[in-house]
Amino acid sequence: MLIRKAPQIKSSEITSEADYLDRRSFLAKAGLAAAGLAGASPVIAAVASDPGASGRVLENVSESPLSLDEAPNSWRDVTTYNNFYEFGTGKEDPSRYAGSLVTRPWQVKVSGECDQPGDYNLEDILSPHALEERVYRLRCVEAWSMVIPWVGFPLADLLKRFQPNSDARFVRFRTLYDPGQMPGQRRRILDWPYVEGLTIEEAMNPLAFMAVGVYGRELPNQNGAPMRLVVPWKYGFKSIKTINAIHFTRTRPRTSWEASAPREYGFYANVNPNVDHPRWSQASERIIGSGLFAPRRKTEMFNGYAEQVAHLYQGLDLRRNF
Amino acid sequence: MATRSRSLTCTRAWICAETFSMPAFGSKGFTRLIKTLLWPLCLAPLLWLGLGAFELLGFNLGANPVEKLLHELGKWGLKFLLLTLAITPLRYWTGWHWLVTFRRLLGLFAFFYLFLHFLVYIVLDRYLDFSGLLEDIVERPYITLGMTGLLLLLPLALTSTRGWMRRLGRRWKKLHRLVYASAILGVWHFYWQVKLDTLEATVYALILAALLLARIVHSRRKAARIQVRSETLLPEDSGGAPLRR
Ligand code: HEM
Repeated sequence: MLIRKAPQIKSSEITSEADYLDRRSFLAKAGLAAAGLAGASPVIAAVASDPGASGRVLENVSESPLSLDEAPNSWRDVTTYNNFYEFGTGKEDPSRYAGSLVTRPWQVKVSGECDQPGDYNLEDILSPHALEERVYRLRCVEAWSMVIPWVGFPLADLLKRFQPNSDARFVRFRTLYDPGQMPGQRRRILDWPYVEGLTIEEAMNPLAFMAVGVYGRELPNQNGAPMRLVVPWKYGFKSIKTINAIHFTRTRPRTSWEASAPREYGFYANVNPNVDHPRWSQASERIIGSGLFAPRRKTEMFNGYAEQVAHLYQGLDLRRNF
Repeated sequence: MATRSRSLTCTRAWICAETFSMPAFGSKGFTRLIKTLLWPLCLAPLLWLGLGAFELLGFNLGANPVEKLLHELGKWGLKFLLLTLAITPLRYWTGWHWLVTFRRLLGLFAFFYLFLHFLVYIVLDRYLDFSGLLEDIVERPYITLGMTGLLLLLPLALTSTRGWMRRLGRRWKKLHRLVYASAILGVWHFYWQVKLDTLEATVYALILAALLLARIVHSRRKAARIQVRSETLLPEDSGGAPLRR
């Protein structure tokens, strides 16, 4: 289970982060105990549910101390307001057209700088991991946000199984390319297939998450079934959906949005209220589901996760590396 | 009771009159009838958005109602603007000069929808944060374009009455050519705010280009005709006379 530490991270920072997490989980446990739930299998009861939800229920999902303590958006918001250009550029297109995607059987190709490359069946990818719920805020680059109760497992736990070597400085992820199943790919608005990437330090951060479900159920196709990334301190487009390839590399991957408009979308894409998109402000965001007459919310640095991730960018000019 | 039955017979009589003596194509009665039908048609998008905004009769505006409202009002405003611009080319193509009677109505509806578009932006989207609004207008080129486009429509809406038409005479026509500038700015504004998929904005841009082209072709032909006429020594030219309404 040991992973080579990336050279940039100072061990002191790792320690402080671990302390931080311990504190959070301690608080969470204390809270449960105080509510008289400890020991009474509180775990499953705590997972978010919605009367409108559908799809296979995921069993044995535990709570996470990393979850936001906020009411999530409705199932309807989460599953009908999506950016997934593989199924069309309208927000409701994915919920309309993603039915054509077939997610079983599913294989993920693992390659590059690692000791366990290969073509893995989805079942083999998922089986060793205990599922947990992570309630995160998703902040889209279009200046809106939602709170979503994802179900999945830490990305680091998955990546460590492939034993990345010391040359693995970046991880590249790829979405399925199949215009037959993904009608949006028949138009070349992006250079398909969709590609995203993280530094290995970002990928190993405890917040980085591989989601296989939402609201205690299997992911609907429009949300990126069968598995998708969730990187809550970055703009939503970093959280690549419907992943079928993972590649460890020495060089920084060229991501789809960066390739399509390098002036507007960078590799890092960290949520940052102080660095505007060239065409619109990022200082505030509209909260999806808040209705017609609600004010905007002030956007937080790193989407509110600065304490956990700011250390990853020490010394980096975030204005230039947007 | 008596009133009710009387109104019923009146309505019936009115309907019979209308159906049995359908006004002749292009006549005054005919344009009045079309205008009566046009009003509810022009208000239909507003009704639909209003029902959606208040979630009545099963309508709704989806997960992001402010964005939906903003975008739909912008697109309806632009549609009305293009329809207004289409009247003159259509008149020349079809010879249906009575079409001009609807131009003012369509133009005012364009202004109405775009003004609502602007209101939704400052009230519901920006939440009346005027400092942010000023910053937006100055710093975001697509907002600058939209704002200019709307401001250009303002004098046109104000001088759209018969009185102003008479008062301004030939200058009225000149002034109202601003509508072309406004439409160009509006389409440009639309194009600029799109994140990636410019297909829809391109369709609007092509329609506008076609309308402008039709206009240019027409005025070239007219100029040529005037020249021919002056060469055949007609004493006075009436090419620039105001349109009969
Ligand atoms: C001639 C005047 C105008 C026209 C024709 C126009 C038309 C449009 C159209 C067609 C859209 C895009 C709808 C879509 O993407 O589906 C739009 C978006 C927008 N317009 Fe306008 N507009 C005008 C004036 C204005 C003004 C005065 C403002 C505010 C000061 C404004 C603010 C906006 C904003 C904020 C958006 C949405 C941008 C986004 O979602 O990122 N517009 N407009």
